[in-house]
Amino acid sequence: MLDMRETAGVRCDRAERAAERAADRQDLIRIMPAKGAQLEIVIIGAGVIGLATAWRTAARGASVTLVDPDPASGASTVAAGMLTPVSELTYGEEALLRLGLASRARYPSFVAELEELTGRETGLRTDGVLQVAFDADDLAYLDDLRRFQESLGLAPETLTGREVRGQEPMLAPGVRGGLLVPEDGSIDPRRLAPALLAAAEKLGVRLVRRRADAVLVERDAAAGVRLDDGTRLPADRVLLAAGPWSSDIGGLPPGTVPAVRPVKGQVLRLRTRTPFLRRCTRGLVKGSSVYLVPRADGELVVGATQEEMGFDTRVTAGGLWELLRDARELVPGITELEFAEVTAGLRPGSPDNAPVLGPSALPNLVLGTGHFRNGILLAPVSADVLTEMLLDGTVPEQARPFTPDRFEVTA
Amino acid sequence: MREQAARADGAPGGGDRLVIAGEEFGSRLIMGTGGAPSMQVLREALTASGTELTTVAMRRVDPAARGSVLDVLRECGIRVLPNTAGCFTAGEAVLTAKLAREALETNWVKLEVIADERTLLPDPVELLDAAEQLVADGFVVLPYTNDDPVLARRLEQVGCAAVMPLGAPIGSGLGIRNPHNIELIVEQANVPVVLDAGLGTASDAALAMELGCDAVLLATAVTRARHPVAMAAAMRHAVEAGRLARLAGRIPKRRYAQASSPWEGLSTGS
Repeated sequence: MLDMRETAGVRCDRAERAAERAADRQDLIRIMPAKGAQLEIVIIGAGVIGLATAWRTAARGASVTLVDPDPASGASTVAAGMLTPVSELTYGEEALLRLGLASRARYPSFVAELEELTGRETGLRTDGVLQVAFDADDLAYLDDLRRFQESLGLAPETLTGREVRGQEPMLAPGVRGGLLVPEDGSIDPRRLAPALLAAAEKLGVRLVRRRADAVLVERDAAAGVRLDDGTRLPADRVLLAAGPWSSDIGGLPPGTVPAVRPVKGQVLRLRTRTPFLRRCTRGLVKGSSVYLVPRADGELVVGATQEEMGFDTRVTAGGLWELLRDARELVPGITELEFAEVTAGLRPGSPDNAPVLGPSALPNLVLGTGHFRNGILLAPVSADVLTEMLLDGTVPEQARPFTPDRFEVTA
Repeated sequence: MREQAARADGAPGGGDRLVIAGEEFGSRLIMGTGGAPSMQVLREALTASGTELTTVAMRRVDPAARGSVLDVLRECGIRVLPNTAGCFTAGEAVLTAKLAREALETNWVKLEVIADERTLLPDPVELLDAAEQLVADGFVVLPYTNDDPVLARRLEQVGCAAVMPLGAPIGSGLGIRNPHNIELIVEQANVPVVLDAGLGTASDAALAMELGCDAVLLATAVTRARHPVAMAAAMRHAVEAGRLARLAGRIPKRRYAQASSPWEGLSTGS
């Protein structure tokens, strides 16, 4: 892994060097198909990233096989689907902000194409996201966030407590103030993932409902995938998009896949028959965060915990209680809503929270994983850059900060 | 013990090491891991801090999970100090400490028993009770305590290996609210005193060391800083500076000025 003595204070350098190496690495996509021949792509993992990339690559004429024992069943069934690159801005993650903004901008056309192809609705909402401070300490935090947003040229609308409640009358009377980001929004991942699957199948993507055991390596390059029943699927190029399981795939030289770990999130769903919240609302409540995402059909998604518990998807009393505690402080009326369900999912967390997008050290193996809390937001842009990497063998400019070699040891 | 160490050294510099329960540490900065924006930032901040001992909340990690904060500490060669954050009763804290001992094969524990979620202040009665039970069970107990000299003394009397009074509530960044009490705790203690919680910036850490604390424990001040790695380096220097200042001995405070160079015998140059 990283050399400790080298890592402190060399972050800027590292990004530059990663960009240089990414440029060098373009020759790692070695096999160019004969003219007219169809490129054979195998994608490991049918979550939103694998599905969206399957659709995009098939649309460009590749022959695509998706390998997943249970497609569209992972984090996308748990995730709330917030499209909030601005509202969730974090210090030190400016590059991720730019990628998030690019992806958010692609969403309307991405969804329009998808809905037209499949005839399915995805619940995209682009009516803004409200971020609310519960007490004075929370307001100080929001002020700090706003200054950071403004320093990057973003312009959230600042609202007083009364203005916030004018927007959302169900909020607790004591809320101190908030920020409105008109361009942020949400989508329903439970509609998005099946729509992507339908689109992929419509374009002839082959779906293999098995677990991928290993990447096949021939002459020091990826040559396909071996399934858990021993079947070998040959491929010109392999995309590894197996979320938190990406680091566990067999057959690869050590260090080919950066450490991607599962970060557990518990999310609950309430149901209302009468209009309740108008828009996606994120709250800071006495220092802890909670979000409430309303859907047109009356569902209200409340999330989410963030736990380092390995591959554990148990729902816990404490997780549920923390969510309800903060949600009730922020919106007292939620106690009257119907409790629909509570689920736990696993986010694929990379060491720096940013996605891992690009050619690996093993020729013909491309990585599309580590999207952490942003898998839904980043699906359109990830699918486009991964498609370019898989089919053209080039690394698009906007993906340069996210190539896997940023984690490699530098002497 | 601490004052003797200062006298034995006589001067700042080499050989001044933190000793807790017979174990030596070159760094007097103990770090926490809570609030870090990412594993990579945490790794870089820990490295920049120079810490040799770092706390991990056992209720929030699975010791077997890959890529967790424990892996980061292992790779950095930093000793893990499990803590019982999130426990409200002595019973929970004792159970959590035992699970940590089993999982991490260490009998050291940072003991936290919290009274309520709003202030996260220690519950003195439960804390003393848990400390007594854990010491009896063979643990090396480092209790997070109020800045109360009497409670600090009682914790030492039940056999704690250090006492760790707060500067201010956890995560508040308010600095040392009662420096006088910290001095009283330092004066009477025969075990190391670690200023734990509430620090906001480098001068707070330096002050803790100038007051005579043996070490400083902090997390939020670094992990939630705008640039965590730079703040970690600042804290490292502050702790070193404060320690050196303590050993060097500050000048008495005066009401009026006293020229640093004498006026007598100055050449007028005419």
